[in-house]
Amino acid sequence: MTALASPASPGVPLRLRLAARGIDGTTLLVVPALLAILGLFVYPFLYGLALSLAPKAGPFYGSYATFFSDPFLRETVWNTLILAVPTTLFNLLLAVPIAFRVRLMRHQRLLTTILVLPVTLGTVLVAQGLLTYLGPQGWFNRVLLWLHVIGSPMKLTNNYWGVFASLVITGFPFTFLLTLSYVSGIDPALEQAAATLGAGAARRFARVFLPLLVPGLAVTFCLSFVQAFAVFPSAVLLGAPAGSTHVISIAAYQAAFERYDASLGSAIAMIMGAVQLVVVLAALGLRSLFYRGPVGGTKG
Amino acid sequence: MIRDSGIGSKLWRTAVWAVVAVFVLNLLALIATVVIDSLSTRWLGTWLPAGFTTHWYADAWDEFGLTDVLVVTFEVVGAVVLISGALGVTAAYALARRDFPGKRAATLVFLLPLLVPPLTYGIPMATLLYRVGLGGSFWGVVLANLVPAVPFVVLVMIPFIEQIDPRVEAAARVFGASTPQLFARVLLPLLLPGVLAALLLVLVRTVAMFELTFLTAGPTSQTLVVALYYAVFASGVRAGQEVDVMAVVYMVTTLVWLLLALRFVNPTQIVARSKTQGAH
Repeated sequence: MTALASPASPGVPLRLRLAARGIDGTTLLVVPALLAILGLFVYPFLYGLALSLAPKAGPFYGSYATFFSDPFLRETVWNTLILAVPTTLFNLLLAVPIAFRVRLMRHQRLLTTILVLPVTLGTVLVAQGLLTYLGPQGWFNRVLLWLHVIGSPMKLTNNYWGVFASLVITGFPFTFLLTLSYVSGIDPALEQAAATLGAGAARRFARVFLPLLVPGLAVTFCLSFVQAFAVFPSAVLLGAPAGSTHVISIAAYQAAFERYDASLGSAIAMIMGAVQLVVVLAALGLRSLFYRGPVGGTKG
Repeated sequence: MIRDSGIGSKLWRTAVWAVVAVFVLNLLALIATVVIDSLSTRWLGTWLPAGFTTHWYADAWDEFGLTDVLVVTFEVVGAVVLISGALGVTAAYALARRDFPGKRAATLVFLLPLLVPPLTYGIPMATLLYRVGLGGSFWGVVLANLVPAVPFVVLVMIPFIEQIDPRVEAAARVFGASTPQLFARVLLPLLLPGVLAALLLVLVRTVAMFELTFLTAGPTSQTLVVALYYAVFASGVRAGQEVDVMAVVYMVTTLVWLLLALRFVNPTQIVARSKTQGAH
């Protein structure tokens, strides 16, 4: 074996030695796609990192210093978090009980098809629709007025709540469909076993399903959060882009393509990525904490 | 299935379905608002518009140059679908059939563009494309859209290829099939349903991909969704109905392909892209 693997062994052609390690003509088929992603995704990312460390003037960390010293820019991190975290949690808390109901449905397809609509249509269309629908003369306010829930139309567009609504409309189906795929992956026999042993619905959820679901829910939280954190079109169209919904992606876009400060734009994009990474790592860290708890036993 | 019959669980069940109903109702009302407004003569302060007309469609079609926008959209989407299909299916074949050093790293490289949101990597990427002179051009938009499309095809196709028995290929070899024959007569027919599903999903996602196209498109390379964004952004310049006409055109363009795609795939697959389900 060592003779075969050794590059110095004479007599065994290189082609065969490579094939023994799994590299042959078929393996090379991966190369074009890999080059495309390395060139279009990995290289630009590193290029952006280098660019962010090369400001027009000042020390290498100048662009980052600009971001953190300017309160209007610095606040975008907070503005985005205060939008992204509540909507993600709201969507997740809504999605779990509904997924548990839908799991038992025989004809899920119609519901899942309706729910996939806003994900497919995207935020721009949802923003345009919500501008009219949630507006002072829109159906939403009219129905609430008609039911005497409110006395005068609520202001739901061009502020925080407009963006919140758009993140729920596009984010909830995404969260729900992910949760549903995790929930339906759990063996129903486990629930039946727990029921046979006398566990009620609440206990079955807390003691059987939840521990099994936590890894999936953590991943769902991460994916939904990352999407919500990058909110852009709806924050511009439905929010107050110069005020409460001046989110970090708006700041990055304006720096890079309106003020033509590529270094600052890249720096903000890197900060955006870093914040996402921190929250994702925190969520995954909490998950592993959960696993070391009493429900453990999956270690090793 | 276990059915609890206590009053508490009945209430709970009702509450859950009520939430679903409220969500779906709001969603449908939102879409209906756009469609009705695009057909209305005037709609101010009433439940329904004063009258219906279709003349906004003709007006908006000319004013926004929708023919050009649609042509550009389909050129961009067509190029993205063909290129990502060719690159993605071959890469998925290699990843599904061979075990080689660095396979985990390669898989990670394909996974990352799907996990990082487009706007985060789009800004450095668009900056780079502008520096090399591709920004604002047709091919700049296509290149940008390949970033999420290629990994998507790879990850959808891997489980699909894995479930095809390699002995089928071996048998074809034994009967003397050359590599082109093997590909055309054995692999292609077996892979066609999977390829079709993956490419339709890429098509739907590319039509709706706002961020990357927005960052890289110039005046002549705008796709429908970017043109819609600019129309909403500058609303007030034109009648609101014309913007809604554009929204309806965009909606129809997307939904036609979505409905087609849903004949081949489960709706959950559009979201849960890296899960290995639906391959059987």
